[in-house]
Amino acid sequence: MSNFPLVPELSKMGPSGEAWDRLFSWVASVDHKQIGIMYLLLTLFYCVVGGFEALLMRTQLAAPGLKFLAPESYNQIFTMHGTTMIFLVVMPMLIGFSTYFVPLMIGARDMIYPRLNALSFWLLFFGGLFLYFSFFAGGAPAAGWFSYAPLSEQPYSSTPGLDYWALGLLGIGVGTVASAINLIATILKLRAPGMSLKRVPLFVWMVLVNGFVMLFAMPALNAALVMLLVDRLLVGHFFVSASGGSAILWQHYFWAFGHPEVYIMILPAWGMISEVIPVFSRKPIFGYEFVAGSSVAIGVLSFAVYAHHMFTVGLGHPFDVAFSSASMLIAVPTGIKIFNWIATMWGGKIHFTTSMLFAVAFLVLFTLGGISGVTFAAVPVDWQMTDTYYVVAHFHYVLFGGSLFAVFAGFYYWFPKMTGRLLDEFWGKVHFWVTLVAFNLTFFIQHILGIVGMPRRVYTYPDLPYWGAMNMVSTVGAFLLGFSALIFLFNIYMSVKRGKPAGPNPWNAWTLEWATSSPPPEHNFDSLPPIRSRRPLWDLHHPENPDWKPKDAPGETPTHGK
Amino acid sequence: MQTTSPFNPFSPQAAVISGLFTMALILMGIILLIVAVLVVYVSYRFRASRQQDGEPFQNHGNRRLEIMWTVAPGLLVLVLFLFTLRAMHLSDPYVPPKMQPDLVVIGHQWWWELQYPKSGVLAANEIHIPIGKALLLRIVGADVIHSFWVPQLGRKMDAIPGHPNHVWLRADKPGKYLGTCSEYCGAQHAWMRIQIIAQTQADFDRWQQAQLEIPPQPTTGLAARGLQIFKDKTCCHTIEGVEKGPAIGPDLTHLFLRKTLGTGILQNTPDNLARWLKDPTGVKPGIHMPDMRLTDLDVAALVAYLETSHE
Repeated sequence: MSNFPLVPELSKMGPSGEAWDRLFSWVASVDHKQIGIMYLLLTLFYCVVGGFEALLMRTQLAAPGLKFLAPESYNQIFTMHGTTMIFLVVMPMLIGFSTYFVPLMIGARDMIYPRLNALSFWLLFFGGLFLYFSFFAGGAPAAGWFSYAPLSEQPYSSTPGLDYWALGLLGIGVGTVASAINLIATILKLRAPGMSLKRVPLFVWMVLVNGFVMLFAMPALNAALVMLLVDRLLVGHFFVSASGGSAILWQHYFWAFGHPEVYIMILPAWGMISEVIPVFSRKPIFGYEFVAGSSVAIGVLSFAVYAHHMFTVGLGHPFDVAFSSASMLIAVPTGIKIFNWIATMWGGKIHFTTSMLFAVAFLVLFTLGGISGVTFAAVPVDWQMTDTYYVVAHFHYVLFGGSLFAVFAGFYYWFPKMTGRLLDEFWGKVHFWVTLVAFNLTFFIQHILGIVGMPRRVYTYPDLPYWGAMNMVSTVGAFLLGFSALIFLFNIYMSVKRGKPAGPNPWNAWTLEWATSSPPPEHNFDSLPPIRSRRPLWDLHHPENPDWKPKDAPGETPTHGK
Repeated sequence: MQTTSPFNPFSPQAAVISGLFTMALILMGIILLIVAVLVVYVSYRFRASRQQDGEPFQNHGNRRLEIMWTVAPGLLVLVLFLFTLRAMHLSDPYVPPKMQPDLVVIGHQWWWELQYPKSGVLAANEIHIPIGKALLLRIVGADVIHSFWVPQLGRKMDAIPGHPNHVWLRADKPGKYLGTCSEYCGAQHAWMRIQIIAQTQADFDRWQQAQLEIPPQPTTGLAARGLQIFKDKTCCHTIEGVEKGPAIGPDLTHLFLRKTLGTGILQNTPDNLARWLKDPTGVKPGIHMPDMRLTDLDVAALVAYLETSHE
């Protein structure tokens, strides 16, 4: 392998010139850092698009009976909002962070399969283009992000929008399987000498678990999409009950993917929290084995809970009870992590950087999203509250208050590593406080809207007492949230141009990505520090009190001995 | 005040769920409170500005604490699980196989077809029931998946093509209970509302009797012209004694007795019916009823026919 260049000499073919060469240096790149940055830029772009769609919806819902959007347009937009945020924002954003940081954190030169890595990204890129092209090809899909059959079948969704949806997601789905294989193999095979699985940073652990979850969950979606396409384009009958298929079969396939997907969208986020909280509390993570082990438990259990999305399908009490018990059980390993993060802060010396503020807010917001989730596992509550705004509030607390707050924490933490410049802390704190207020203003009240009976996915609603007022509050919050995103983008733009130079390790952090320059050179490391514990840079700077004991590294002794 | 909250139940089943939900919210609220208080306390107590230079004590974990916060939440969800089992049986009682339903509810894009098999009454969208009696509902979808949901009376149940479901429905007090389709079903999912009109047994019997009567056919005036237009133009609606159409659109027998049009989008008044007939997709975009290109006179005739009893 080392006898061949990783990239053919591209400048010798096609058009030439400096601008073209720069473009090619990205398009043809197989460098994990460049690919990671492309992931982040693409997902940031789609986050703006998906956010814009959310604002369109909130405008239509600001008061009862508005005619800002026609019902067909509203339905297309909520379908695209959900699909975009899940498949083009949260999941690939976390894969982007994984792609950039996993090789650095385990002291590797690159991912194990650099070209497969590029393929994953470009499948995502073209999958997204395909999905959005539907707007110009007779209308976007309008069957919701889970596209229940038979609504998604030809007679009820006759425009090609759903075909673009299925083909776009199929591309993304295949790319994600490739990412999963790549990440798993990288973590298992490319760790630097001394970096045992008990010493890798928790972010890497979470990505490893996430890799396995993606590897087993995505094929269910890919298979279902192929069946749906066969139904739609080749007059198949998989999900058409009138001709012997089953509408419920689609739900089994979809949620067998769809619930693990929820964990795919949170596992690496937990990893980020597990990096940020110790560094800014100046203490090692509390209960490393328990945080890692509980994540493995969640990875396994995530496949045993999916049918809690189907309690109202009428599959019978025994079925509901089985999935209810597993769904309640999964709350326990989730709780373990929350308590370990709090215990990490306990007795520490907490520096409230913007990154840490987002991480601390995450603890409370994610707990709120988690406990409203547990109420759904109490089956009769689900029989009432599923498909209402209570669900909408619940999963926005998990995905926004959870995943995105963690991503913001990770973004402020790792931005200096990726660009060599710090994000501005003043604007960062403004961004944090505005986001925190706006997020709760938008989504908390949606719990109550659901509890008073407002169903989700409606383009308008009857003028029942307080419904209009509560929706208006939510809409005001949503626009404030849009404004907070502008602050964030402004901060990125200004900091890239003239942010404070970061140096290799601005936070005094302890993991290997901080042992090289910012941004790292193409080959990542000139040399690695010795790895004798989970915190090689702590050991380097604190030879008087290292994390390792003589038995961890035979033949060597820590200077202060023990 | 018109409310649709499950916390304001009017049946024993809905009351059980309301109780379970309250309990779940209290249990979960306690956990949230503990976490929030801990986070705020730790953030305040251990912030850097309160401390001296240098790194704090490096503590890697504590096995006893780990066991504690694994077992305690485990016990908590176990309690919730046991109450869940109890509530499931009470709020969704067993349905003996092959039992004949009292009411068949069929979800269509975007209206509800109603059949009372024991009396033969057919209706649409507005569900009359007698109070104090558990009725067995059979719920099916005619085209795509819908979901039948009246929060104050009990659980929701999906209406799925090819997979009939059964559920018990009961109301303890006379009154109007609002519900809605609760599974996204296409363009007009928002206007697939449900109204349950719970009545005393005597009132219900009177309503059923009235529904069963074949409505008289007007022979003179505008209404007679309306009847003729209906006969000529309809393909999809039924009026007993006049036209037996396939159930593509709602049954219109005794339409003047209903409170709303378009599955909840308009109050049922002559003016609103005229608006509807003039431009159905203008009132409710996306629906399957075509614009019949009726003249103003045709519309007036149809309204005169459909909105009065002609007794």
